[in-house]
Amino acid sequence: MPRNRRRGDTGSGLTGLGLGSSRQPPGPRARFSLWRAIVLAVVVVIGGIYAAPNLFPPDFALQVTVDNSPRTFDDGLLDELAEVLETGGVPVIAKERMPDGGLLRVGDADQQLRGSALLREYLNPPGEERQFVVALNLASTTPEWLKGIGGEPMALGLDLKGGAHFVLQVDMEEALAKRLTDEVEKIKDMLREERVRYRSTANAVQGETIRMGFVTGQLRDRAVGIVEDEFREPDYLLEAADVAGQPGFVITVQQTRIDEIESNAVEQNLTGLRNRINQLGVAEPLVQKLGGSRIVVDLPGVQDAAEAKRKLNQFANLEFRLEAAATDRPSEIEAWPYAGGTVQLNRRVILTGDHVTHAVQARDGESGLPVVRITLDSEGGDMFHDATAPNIGRRMAIIFIEHRPVVTVDSVDGERVERLSSRAERRVITVPVIQEALGFKFDITGVTMLEAQDLAFLLRAGALAAPMYIVEERTVGATLGEENIERGMLAVGAGLVLVLIFMAVYYRVFGLVANVALTLNLVILVAVMSLLGATLTLPGIAGIVLTVGMAVDANVLIFSRIREELKTRPPAQAIQAGYDRAFLTIMDANVTTLFVALILLTIGSGPVAGFAITLSIGIVTSMFTAIFGSRVAVDLIYGGRRV
Amino acid sequence: MTTRGAAMTGRPLTTFDFMGKRLIAAGVSVVLVVASVVAVVFVGINRGLDFTGGALVEFGFAQAVDPEVVRGILVAEGFENGVVQIYGAETDILVRMPPVEGVDQSDLGAQIAGVLQGSFDDVELRRSEFVGPTVGEELTEKGGLALLVALGAVMLYIMWRFTGKFGVGAVTALIHDVLLVVGAFAIFQWTFNLPELAALLAVIGYSLNDTIVVSDRIRENFRSVRRGTPVEIINYSLNQTLGRTLVTSLTTLLVLGALLFAGGEQVSGFATALAIGVVVGTYSSIYVAANVLLAMGISKQDLALPDKEDANP
Repeated sequence: MPRNRRRGDTGSGLTGLGLGSSRQPPGPRARFSLWRAIVLAVVVVIGGIYAAPNLFPPDFALQVTVDNSPRTFDDGLLDELAEVLETGGVPVIAKERMPDGGLLRVGDADQQLRGSALLREYLNPPGEERQFVVALNLASTTPEWLKGIGGEPMALGLDLKGGAHFVLQVDMEEALAKRLTDEVEKIKDMLREERVRYRSTANAVQGETIRMGFVTGQLRDRAVGIVEDEFREPDYLLEAADVAGQPGFVITVQQTRIDEIESNAVEQNLTGLRNRINQLGVAEPLVQKLGGSRIVVDLPGVQDAAEAKRKLNQFANLEFRLEAAATDRPSEIEAWPYAGGTVQLNRRVILTGDHVTHAVQARDGESGLPVVRITLDSEGGDMFHDATAPNIGRRMAIIFIEHRPVVTVDSVDGERVERLSSRAERRVITVPVIQEALGFKFDITGVTMLEAQDLAFLLRAGALAAPMYIVEERTVGATLGEENIERGMLAVGAGLVLVLIFMAVYYRVFGLVANVALTLNLVILVAVMSLLGATLTLPGIAGIVLTVGMAVDANVLIFSRIREELKTRPPAQAIQAGYDRAFLTIMDANVTTLFVALILLTIGSGPVAGFAITLSIGIVTSMFTAIFGSRVAVDLIYGGRRV
Repeated sequence: MTTRGAAMTGRPLTTFDFMGKRLIAAGVSVVLVVASVVAVVFVGINRGLDFTGGALVEFGFAQAVDPEVVRGILVAEGFENGVVQIYGAETDILVRMPPVEGVDQSDLGAQIAGVLQGSFDDVELRRSEFVGPTVGEELTEKGGLALLVALGAVMLYIMWRFTGKFGVGAVTALIHDVLLVVGAFAIFQWTFNLPELAALLAVIGYSLNDTIVVSDRIRENFRSVRRGTPVEIINYSLNQTLGRTLVTSLTTLLVLGALLFAGGEQVSGFATALAIGVVVGTYSSIYVAANVLLAMGISKQDLALPDKEDANP
């Protein structure tokens, strides 16, 4: 019976005791095995230690870090902050220093919120750059010795602790267009230097090409000679061609270069997003690339998700332009609506917000009106000085540009089509008279308080390489998160108790053994998840519940086999045969579920991945406890009795 | 291997004549499968936000609220196609909004929240989700692909584990189970979201467990039991494995019940899908796989080839 032999052999792979079982009925081997007991004990102890941190619920805490303050964070400041909280009616449970900041533990979520308001008010006087970042956080209460050996509780997903999850799509077409427009400017500079005249470049960038026309073929050839060193393969393909019926050249961007431009755009946006999120004051945010053109942002514990969202993907800029002079050509003049009428402005932009290094919302000392206090970099300062010095007495317009990415849907032939567009708003906010040559520091007036805040925030946070659109958002309130944990834990507890009772009643002693194995399985599962740094989500808890229900299957299979074998064999042999014969079946049962769990992981991020992870880990740990763990107990109880 | 043969002749605890009712079972299965396919094709699956895209907002009110009132307020503000329902508790309201033309989709949830917070005192925004149409389409594609890959992988595994008629039986049982679970979602129009898809994939894994255990036993008994017709051997095998099949299903149903009653609304669809899968999977391991074996005229000669294969693993 070859089938039989194979079972025995396979069984030996795991239990280490199946050897020879198919040739000879196993005798004394089935007895209690010391090495197996030692391995089990070690695993149980290690599992217990690393599962233990989850027993310590984290404290609500306020995390303060230095932002622009010249003050260093010392014990004195920490005591001062605790004092502020206590005076404001928020008792401080404990306080500790952190790198560049401090952590103050408080009693509950409500105190945490009130405390953060108190600290913000105390630390950041209005009208100055923000001195400190105050963030809400959960502080671990894991004992030091446990932390010292790497013990940490499982990370909780946003659906369990509340917070906001965003997926942002970077507009790649826009990123490419923006980059190619820069390249056109470069080409124009090069041609101007060599005094080669070109035709209008209004439509020079078309998709993945740059097209430039010239009056004669001779000029075109000279132009090609000038740019061909810069724009050559493998990044670009430069070809002479007719452009709008005139001699010209076409530069086609090659895929390698497109990939490079796109990945740079995503990287630059990542940096921009990180800056913005730092400004928001979120503890432990996650910002990372998702595939080629998306960025995922997780903001745990964010209270005002709408506000966070508004600040994530908007971008604002400033333009400074001179008012049109009588000597300007009509083609250089543009009319802008301003203060109920219009104002004539020169098209030339003398400076943009890209040169802004610092921007703070403040109040004007005399009028008390909101202003944005701007500091430029040295290049910007020079440019600004050069532009304003010869124009004292002339007026200068400050234009506020705000891009708000908008996701809309249209119906095209009954199909829903997603449209990503940017709603740009340009507005002349003020047209002050230039009183003196301006340098690198000045105030902008004529803004509302909210505009001043937004403008300061967005200028400070830096520009984005391309617009980004929110294509997925999941926000969970803190209350719902807590409820989810409670419900999930109740489900795990209730499920576990039901199964334990059923097994004990139905299988008696074997049932108790299975119950020990099942409980061990939960401990080891939690330990492995904590060690791997896996994130627990609501579907993840569902996965644990499911594991509890399915894990006993292995023991049921083994016990059913042993019961059968007991009819023809003495107990020790029956136990051995039961474990060996059930092994392949158990493998089958678990391998198929493991397959689908791994496939599920590929669907991607988020809560469902949490289910797949807990299910996969649960399968492996349950096989260990059901086969290996229960064996020690069974041998201990029955093995040695009668061979 | 006499000891082995002796073990196999040990009487099972029960002696149900499962296969005596196999024609009735086959009839029931065919009816259910046809009903499921008809429902899926003609009624369709009620795909949730994850797959359709759109916005979903969950609110907690201080008192119980009539969803019709909420719907009325939203319609008055121009949000016409929304689904407003009680979610778990009487004070919990869930608003699902398909993509609305001409409105910034990523702002839809905030707008709905604004409307309700303007109309009611003490409204708590518990959850807000938005999935763009493109992401929804991608998830649909990925989900469908995952389902196919899972089915494919599991079928390959079956083919490797069993050959010939046993493989056909197991695959039939698997398809039967998946169809019935999906069919139940189509018939009752339960919302099918990512967690439900996860449950469906888990069903694929689970359904096969039972089938493999039962098929293994049938195969063993065909080799070891010398006398008896195929119907008798199958009946005998089913009775032998019955205890295990029922206990495992029962413990799994116990925990799923706990999840259903204690876990809250967000996991109820998931728990339901799995519970149906477990029940159907248990039934199919007894009736579908074995039925297919008998329908194909399984006999001891069928096992000659796999025997040789097994000799050289």
